[in-house]
Amino acid sequence: MSYANSASRLDPLQWLGLPVLTAVAVTLLFAAPVRIFGLQPPEPVFPMVLAFAWAVIRPSMIAPFVLLALGLGLDLFWGGPVGLWPLALLSAYGLVLAVRATLTGRGAVVLWIWYGAACALAFGVGTLITFMKTGAIPGPFALFGQFFITLLLFPFANTLIERFDDADVRFR
Amino acid sequence: MSLRDGPFQDLKVPLTWTAAVAVIVAMVIGVALLLGDHRGTLQGQAIGASRGALDSVTRPVSNVIAAPFRWIGDGVNGVKQYFFAVSENRRLRAEVADLSQWRDKAVALKDENARYQSLLGLKTDPPIPMVGARVIADSRGPFANTRLADAGTEAGVAVGNPVMTEHGLVGRVLGVAKGVSRVLLLTDVASRTPVLDDRSNSRAILTGDGGGEPKLDYLRGADPVKAGDRILTSGDGGLFPRGLPVGTVVQGLDGAWRVRLDSDDGPIDLVRILLFRDFSQLADQRALQAATVPPLPPAEAADVAARAMPAPPPVAAASSAKPVAASPAPAAASAKPTAVKPSKPLKKPVKKASATPAASSAKPVRPAVTSLAASSAKPTPAPKPKPKPKPIPAASSAPAGAQP
Repeated sequence: MSYANSASRLDPLQWLGLPVLTAVAVTLLFAAPVRIFGLQPPEPVFPMVLAFAWAVIRPSMIAPFVLLALGLGLDLFWGGPVGLWPLALLSAYGLVLAVRATLTGRGAVVLWIWYGAACALAFGVGTLITFMKTGAIPGPFALFGQFFITLLLFPFANTLIERFDDADVRFR
Repeated sequence: MSLRDGPFQDLKVPLTWTAAVAVIVAMVIGVALLLGDHRGTLQGQAIGASRGALDSVTRPVSNVIAAPFRWIGDGVNGVKQYFFAVSENRRLRAEVADLSQWRDKAVALKDENARYQSLLGLKTDPPIPMVGARVIADSRGPFANTRLADAGTEAGVAVGNPVMTEHGLVGRVLGVAKGVSRVLLLTDVASRTPVLDDRSNSRAILTGDGGGEPKLDYLRGADPVKAGDRILTSGDGGLFPRGLPVGTVVQGLDGAWRVRLDSDDGPIDLVRILLFRDFSQLADQRALQAATVPPLPPAEAADVAARAMPAPPPVAAASSAKPVAASPAPAAASAKPTAVKPSKPLKKPVKKASATPAASSAKPVRPAVTSLAASSAKPTPAPKPKPKPKPIPAASSAPAGAQP
């Protein structure tokens, strides 16, 4: 694929399809019942990478619905309340979309901070929904454990952004 | 004709706005899904069917993914068993010597317990059949703690069945499909389990919060639990049988009493699903819903019977000496004790009263099983004696719960 072709228009399969398949595959992989030295491995929220990166790369009408489907799949696969992760991911996507103009051209550290803010919003929405559904708030250790491990996924989001950020010249 | 060729060809909407509209539409769909969800309940809704379908689809995939980890674990265990066989053998011999004393005590106690049960006429719980299953996927996040087990409807698994390892209780079945069932762990934020302290017999509700050690809520009394106490299922509510081992009491960093789960002592890879049916499922619901009217005091019952059915003529009295099956009529009459005014004598005695042995014998009549309809009858004025009382239908034949 030449640079001119890739710059003119983004291929949805490239920036939406393949990352979705990757996120689904690693989510399935991390759901394996494994114990390492008696401890369970962490369970990061891989679609959070896509919610952040897609909003930074370019606005899209397809991406919110793909996130909706991904969140729905997470809820069904993890056995949580249906609608929790769709709303959490879409909240993060909406936040980043709203501040997208300020993020363009910024360094990785600034992006990482905003990624943390998006994750915090998503986990806050999840906590609120859990409280409304069950009347209980998840424990802080469990909450911060998954939040922290999801925060460490930022390099994957940054790679995705660097790969596709300048691919569509209309959204520079 | 496309939009570009029509009257809207000059209309240009910023893509950011359209993306924002897409976000709002998607969130509305998400809220609708959330409102329609009934996770944690025993209701089988449309989303429950979707969950079951997805679980059935992911079962082979998760099985394939989990297989290499299982093989690696088995290999590591094999190597460890080979190298530590001597020390393991020594430890097991000591354990067998210790347990043989407990076995003798258990046999004696079992015999003693059986004698007490037969003396007291206790109705013991029926044995619970169980199904073995392998865990093929799990989720460990703060919002959902569930596992997928590879036994489903074909094995008789039903929603609500308790799930255990060889160490202790793990949770209960949340959803079931063909070949797969989803287990809600005790640590899930939606999990509530009635438990008791083995030492003090005090009750509590084990409440999951997504962490490893669920909390003990609704504790009452002074020192209801202490660190190190054994926690068992209480059986309250009928969802779990009584006495399943749950864990040990510890005090958390937040000062709350928590339970270190017995099931965490080993990997939760193989589980037993107890095909437990609670008392409400075993009992005859129709019989349970039918209410029995308590008997009246003898004097009042005799008075009621005498006023409702006065003494028959001598011929009828002679015939009533024969044993006759109790008629439902006096039973229904006795179901309305408040309507009777004993101070007023009856003016017009009924003529035909031969089919009322209870009335003639003047003994308190306890009706057979009557329905709620009879017991909940509205208070009516004092019954006026009628020359020919119509036969009152048997109260027990009324449908349960029917209103008069």
